[in-house]
Amino acid sequence: MIEIENVRKSFGPLEVLKGINLTVPKGEVLTIIGGSGSGKSTLLTCINGLEPIDSGRITVDGTEVHARGTDLNKLRRKLGIVFQQWNAFPHLTVLENVMLAPRKVLGLGKAEAEAIAVKQLTHVGLGEKLNVYPTRLSGGQQQRMAIARALAMSPDYMLFDEVTSALDPQLVGEVLDTLRMLASEGMTMICVTHEMKFAREVSDRVAFFSKGVMAEIGAPQQIFENPQHPETAAFVKLTQA
Amino acid sequence: MFSYTFQWKQAFAKLPLMLDGALVTIELALLSMAIGIVLAVVLTGFRLSRIRPLVAIVTTWVEIARNTPALFQIYIAHFGVASFGLHLSPYVSLLIGITFNNAGYLAENFRGALKAIPDTQTRAARSLGMNPIQAFVHVVLPQMLRIAFLPMTNQMVWAILMTSLGVTVGMNFDLYGVTQDLNALTFRTFELFALAAVIFYVMTKIVQIGARLIAARLFRY
Repeated sequence: MIEIENVRKSFGPLEVLKGINLTVPKGEVLTIIGGSGSGKSTLLTCINGLEPIDSGRITVDGTEVHARGTDLNKLRRKLGIVFQQWNAFPHLTVLENVMLAPRKVLGLGKAEAEAIAVKQLTHVGLGEKLNVYPTRLSGGQQQRMAIARALAMSPDYMLFDEVTSALDPQLVGEVLDTLRMLASEGMTMICVTHEMKFAREVSDRVAFFSKGVMAEIGAPQQIFENPQHPETAAFVKLTQA
Repeated sequence: MFSYTFQWKQAFAKLPLMLDGALVTIELALLSMAIGIVLAVVLTGFRLSRIRPLVAIVTTWVEIARNTPALFQIYIAHFGVASFGLHLSPYVSLLIGITFNNAGYLAENFRGALKAIPDTQTRAARSLGMNPIQAFVHVVLPQMLRIAFLPMTNQMVWAILMTSLGVTVGMNFDLYGVTQDLNALTFRTFELFALAAVIFYVMTKIVQIGARLIAARLFRY
């Protein structure tokens, strides 16, 4: 379970998170929607401790992320994250990209790490591209590789930060299909996304962020068909126009 | 007016001596590169630390190494320090001078190479649970070395050629020093120096071809 309690975060004078409260139980698929600058991506990087917070508390399975003495490297093994920019390691093949963390972080042997990597890459449909360097892949393929790389650590939670935003439109589908597959397998996921149709289909709950505040959270039907907050209504109307 | 008679045989008779000198030249160049690379990594670390005195050291070092003659740097390492009572052998002075120069240039190369690697690479590595050292060693460093590889090759060539400046501080058993002494003994000036030039050329060419082969093996992406 991920518990976010009254989290505040500023970049200089700009407060990007103004007291966020949110609990994500195991097995839930939560999507976060909202305009740019609403703080949704920042929240994800705070959850895995890449960004510090100013006040409040985030706990993952009872471990407080920003507490002193928390082993973030260990915590991050449970929290897979995939970014808008897929950040393939260009000097490693697709297989090596996925094997690196299991080998160095989990200390697995070569054969074991390779077996995991092959399994995850096959899972996301890249079984034919194992020994290719990432520069040879399309954006969609690189993004799927990044997903496999995160999955290879067998995380309990997956955080997706606008993973389709940097892709050419015709490549968005293959990545969303991968996310759908993960959701159907019961992975706990928090997806920051601009893909409204996707959010509506796969989410257990949808959260709408606006100017650093979580304005509304609820079932997809509520958010998209019967929004309670005027800003949600305006946003939904705009994105569906 | 053109009364010089070539006597190549005499020069070729000295080839073994010159080749012995060439070995010293290679040794000097390799040592100065090895130490230079280590120092350059340290200097790059200093620069990244953003601690003022450390940054000042790097800036001064790089500025002097890149903007003054290598000959000056070698002179300082020999006659300069001798003024303060520190008498170093020509070999050591030459090694220090070239190493200083190498480290300055390489530190700048490394800085440029690091800048070319986006921060998001480290971020991605860290988010997979790697600690900062693992992220640097497995993700940043290999990419940095690729970018800096060609400049490093150039510096190695430059290091070989810089050994010729050693004669000015009395170095007499590297390739250039040996040639200089043989010239004083035999006056076969053109032949000897032509031969030395060919040996220098072959050495630098081997470095360049070798580097290309290594690069082709190491950097397949």
